[in-house]
Amino acid sequence: MANITFITTDGASTTVSGNSGSVMELARDHNIEGILGNCGGVCSCATCHVHVAPDDMRKTGEASEIERDMLELDDNADEYSRLCCQIVVSDAIDGVVFRVAE
Amino acid sequence: MKKSALPDPFAAARLREGIGHMNDQGDPVTMILRLKDLRKTAHNYKTFQSGATPGRIVVPSEVNIRDTRQIPFELDPPEHTAYRAAVEAWFRRPLEEGYARALTRQIETLVDEVLQGDTVEVVSAFALPLQSRALTLLLNIPEAEADTWIAWGTHVFRSEGVALDGEKANILYDYIDEQIDRAIADPGEDLYSVLLASEVNGKPLTREEVRGVMILTFAGGRDTLINAITNSVAYFAEHPESLNRLRTEPEILNRAVEELVRYFAPLTHIGRVVTRDAEVCAHAVRADSRVSLCWASANRDAAAFDKPDEIVLDRKLNPHVSFGFSHHNCLGATHARQLLRTLVATLAEKVASIELLDHRDNVEDLDQFKRKVGFDSLTVRFHAR
Repeated sequence: MANITFITTDGASTTVSGNSGSVMELARDHNIEGILGNCGGVCSCATCHVHVAPDDMRKTGEASEIERDMLELDDNADEYSRLCCQIVVSDAIDGVVFRVAE
Repeated sequence: MKKSALPDPFAAARLREGIGHMNDQGDPVTMILRLKDLRKTAHNYKTFQSGATPGRIVVPSEVNIRDTRQIPFELDPPEHTAYRAAVEAWFRRPLEEGYARALTRQIETLVDEVLQGDTVEVVSAFALPLQSRALTLLLNIPEAEADTWIAWGTHVFRSEGVALDGEKANILYDYIDEQIDRAIADPGEDLYSVLLASEVNGKPLTREEVRGVMILTFAGGRDTLINAITNSVAYFAEHPESLNRLRTEPEILNRAVEELVRYFAPLTHIGRVVTRDAEVCAHAVRADSRVSLCWASANRDAAAFDKPDEIVLDRKLNPHVSFGFSHHNCLGATHARQLLRTLVATLAEKVASIELLDHRDNVEDLDQFKRKVGFDSLTVRFHAR
């Protein structure tokens, strides 16, 4: 079981737990504002953009090339940006903090 | 080649030049064929604008048949942002439980009907009624209203063999005017009434703006959904193993729908008007000329997709652009996705096989390219499980 924290653009912090699926699905199941996941998780819509807390990058790993290409034109994107439909929920990401981009 | 296949006519030009040329009614279009170039262009709304003369960013151009600006489609930020925000919540209603339930009931009823029948012409007797009835949910009006739209035929703007048909367009515009009059006289909970009561930047939407949103809602989701539905039926007719797989692995439903939408690219391209001399893919484009974002080509770009010409039903990474990219991503995408997910799940549940009996391809003439986008007619027989 992984505990995961989302900080939305209004500064509100929500911690939820899960053990399967993607971080996007976990956020959507808990109505985290700003995570829409329109395409259902195939990396086509960029509506699940988060910034990973810098210290947590080693747990989540970096964005793949396809993710980076999706994000490169986004003014909010930086080196900590991920599309969280591409991050699998597992014990490996327990304690990670995501800042929702939109 | 399979009858359900949609060949990629852009492959050679995409590799060689990255662009194509189309002379559309004397207002030529430089078509952008590679995914990366397309994304950059779509994102750069200052140089490649949507807020040009109404109808000009549509290919073929509708400048000669339409004066009303489609909203938010034919606006640029910051105006676009405000109008889009005003309508966004309404167009996300397809995610609500009641909407999804009503859509499922509509689709199950129609699939049960075609399973009872003998042969079915899919475009007119399946895709058109399905698209029309589902649109009553998006507008939040009684389902019976769909009968009027079904009677218009498959194309609001196009007649077979005629690229643009002003008379048909007028049927739609006159109808929308009548409906706006009705909503003014007797407001309800339908989209017309909601728009009439909406404000943008502190001011109520004008009648002309309401007209613009409604024209977009009718036109944007008609041919596109009809193509997607018809192509899906043709695909499953020739790929019964895929129907089987969706039955035994329902968890791939979402990926399957995104992949079908990538492969079909129901809308071939959308234009932009160039505001200053610029370059696309190292080719000069002049101020006041047009470019187009060719979704159908970008979706087959081997730089982004493995086996781009195959339908890989459980494709995991699928950065397709069938619903557009950046500010102007498709307003109706939530509705379209919900409809297609429900359709594919219902077919998998109820249908054992589909016999493809007869077909006539719908091939678009893009001058340099001829693209099959779907079918003018497709006759099949559905067999129940």
